[in-house]
Amino acid sequence: MTNPIPGLAGLAGSRSGGDPLVIAGRSFGSRLFLGTGKYSSNAVLSAAIEASGTQVVTVALRRIDPDGDGDILDALPPSVLLLTNTSGALDASEALRLARLARAAGLPDWIKLEVTPDPRHLHPDPVETLRAAEQMCKDGFTVLPYCPADPILAKRLEEVGCATVMPLGSWIGSNQGLRTRDAIEMIVDQATVPVVVDAGLGAPSHAALALEIGASAVLVNTAIATASDPVAMAGAFRLAVDAGRAAYRAGLAVAGSPAPSSPLTGFLR
Amino acid sequence: MNPAAPAVPVTLESRPADVPPASAASDVLSAPLGDLRRVVERASCADVERALKRPRPSLSDFAALLSPQAAERIEDLASRAQQITKARFGSTVRLFAPLYLSNECVSTCTYCGFSASNLIARRTLSVDEVLEEAEELARRGFRHVLLVAGEHARIVSKGYLEQVVRAVAPLFAQVSVEVQVWDTATYRRLLEAGCDGVVIYQESYDQATYREVHLKGKKRNYAWRLAAPDRAAEAGMRRLGIGTLLGLHPDWRSEALLLASHAEALTRRWWRCEVQVALPRLRPAAGGYEPTDPIDDRSLTQLLCALRIFLPDVGITMSTREPPQLRDALVVLGVTSMSAGSHTEPGGYARESAAEPQFEISDTRSPAEVAAALRALGMEPVWKDWQRA
Repeated sequence: MTNPIPGLAGLAGSRSGGDPLVIAGRSFGSRLFLGTGKYSSNAVLSAAIEASGTQVVTVALRRIDPDGDGDILDALPPSVLLLTNTSGALDASEALRLARLARAAGLPDWIKLEVTPDPRHLHPDPVETLRAAEQMCKDGFTVLPYCPADPILAKRLEEVGCATVMPLGSWIGSNQGLRTRDAIEMIVDQATVPVVVDAGLGAPSHAALALEIGASAVLVNTAIATASDPVAMAGAFRLAVDAGRAAYRAGLAVAGSPAPSSPLTGFLR
Repeated sequence: MNPAAPAVPVTLESRPADVPPASAASDVLSAPLGDLRRVVERASCADVERALKRPRPSLSDFAALLSPQAAERIEDLASRAQQITKARFGSTVRLFAPLYLSNECVSTCTYCGFSASNLIARRTLSVDEVLEEAEELARRGFRHVLLVAGEHARIVSKGYLEQVVRAVAPLFAQVSVEVQVWDTATYRRLLEAGCDGVVIYQESYDQATYREVHLKGKKRNYAWRLAAPDRAAEAGMRRLGIGTLLGLHPDWRSEALLLASHAEALTRRWWRCEVQVALPRLRPAAGGYEPTDPIDDRSLTQLLCALRIFLPDVGITMSTREPPQLRDALVVLGVTSMSAGSHTEPGGYARESAAEPQFEISDTRSPAEVAAALRALGMEPVWKDWQRA
């Protein structure tokens, strides 16, 4: 079980305490991952990371330039886990090469796998992603694959050893929210690893909804980086993610026809 | 000693008394039973209402549906269960027949007619005799067969089972076994021989009860049995049947909670498998075991409806243990597969058998009569819904 049973959280006598996100044996206190593209400056990125409370940040290997001045890595506090992504890879072999380069450069073995052959929509290639994931897991990487919201693909990625699955909420950068909700629900119901909704979440309410329906975490980039005030927006996402998770654990009320909260004939008793 | 039993040496595989990590069995052991049981006790009207309406009910909702509060809403549970069953399975019921191979058994289990301690007429069918029975079942229309035997690793050995499966497979669309639990390698052999389904009832999920009723023999190892569906799935079996023998443990609700969590875990971990659940109640059998708290029809109905609501896609099997009126009533609410015209002794379809049955059946109608009764209820009896590729 990756998730607690909804509705048992508030039960007296049930074990209280933290609710950490556990990925490949490592615990995280925050369920908000941040992407680092599109920020106006390293200073803004740094402040947004801090305001978000995140403990996992993804950086594209292609953006890393250890010899350059003001490298993006300089903006990251040492407390966050750096998740190198293979952004730009067109197929499995390119993704593998990027992962090995990251390892050779002394970066962590945790890889956010992205294989996006279509440069316009950056839609993940399911076939190449599965192929790359299988080899990377064999090579000892901790693999977190960005993938289409396909329930069978999610199970196949689990089976080859991925530490999470990261289905998209809607097209990357589109800010359209959880358009894939039905598929994500199915993925969550079947998952034995954490489900991290990646891509397309445009507002804190979208993130809250993802957590409410049982996703273990979300990854947000564009919605924060391109907000008028990225730092304040990072804080807003932090609150939304916490609220969504708490709501999931509490057991949601059910939508439907209006039902009076107290009996109409109670006065007769 | 049966001449048909092949002289295969018994390999004693190691049988750990712990379940493997990351298995459905380990999920069952870590299920928060105490918390769930408290939900059953405390469930309010509103909790039951929510559980009835929720699009994706949780195990906690299932607990609410088992509550005494939900028992007051039995008509609403039934209506929701019927609606889900119709949407997911249509108006169809799969028919199958059990074929008992042997009533030899080395285990002593207080509730079972085959128990080693019972002085009964024992018999193991030869492969030819099995074939004769199988041909008779095929003549009666059956295309799904369940091969059943007591636990005797020497007489009902791997090699014997393999031979039997190979012999009957051409007669049926699909063959399952309900025999002693095996290791993964043996399940793989049975799969290759032509059997793609395994039925393993945990009998009781309560470890203390389990120890009390399984006095002697290999069946005493709770963990090895609990993890058997995982091993069968690992071997590639496509159908997993699980169940709890209602009446062994005094609290049917605890059993139901763990059974449901087991089914849920199996569908999650072994997502390629079709999972089926059975809710057998204890029947009179040699040995004369009497349940202290038998579950009544009303509670059984509540449990069946709750299971259907919590697990919309899981098949529910009901055997001839139950009387005709009840089977006909429950088939409309959630039962998706049934046996018919069953014999629970080895031999008995093709000709009379003097061997002792495992238990007395209650629905004695012939397969044709059961099929006619289903049609009268507006249901289609399905004899074949599988084709080996």
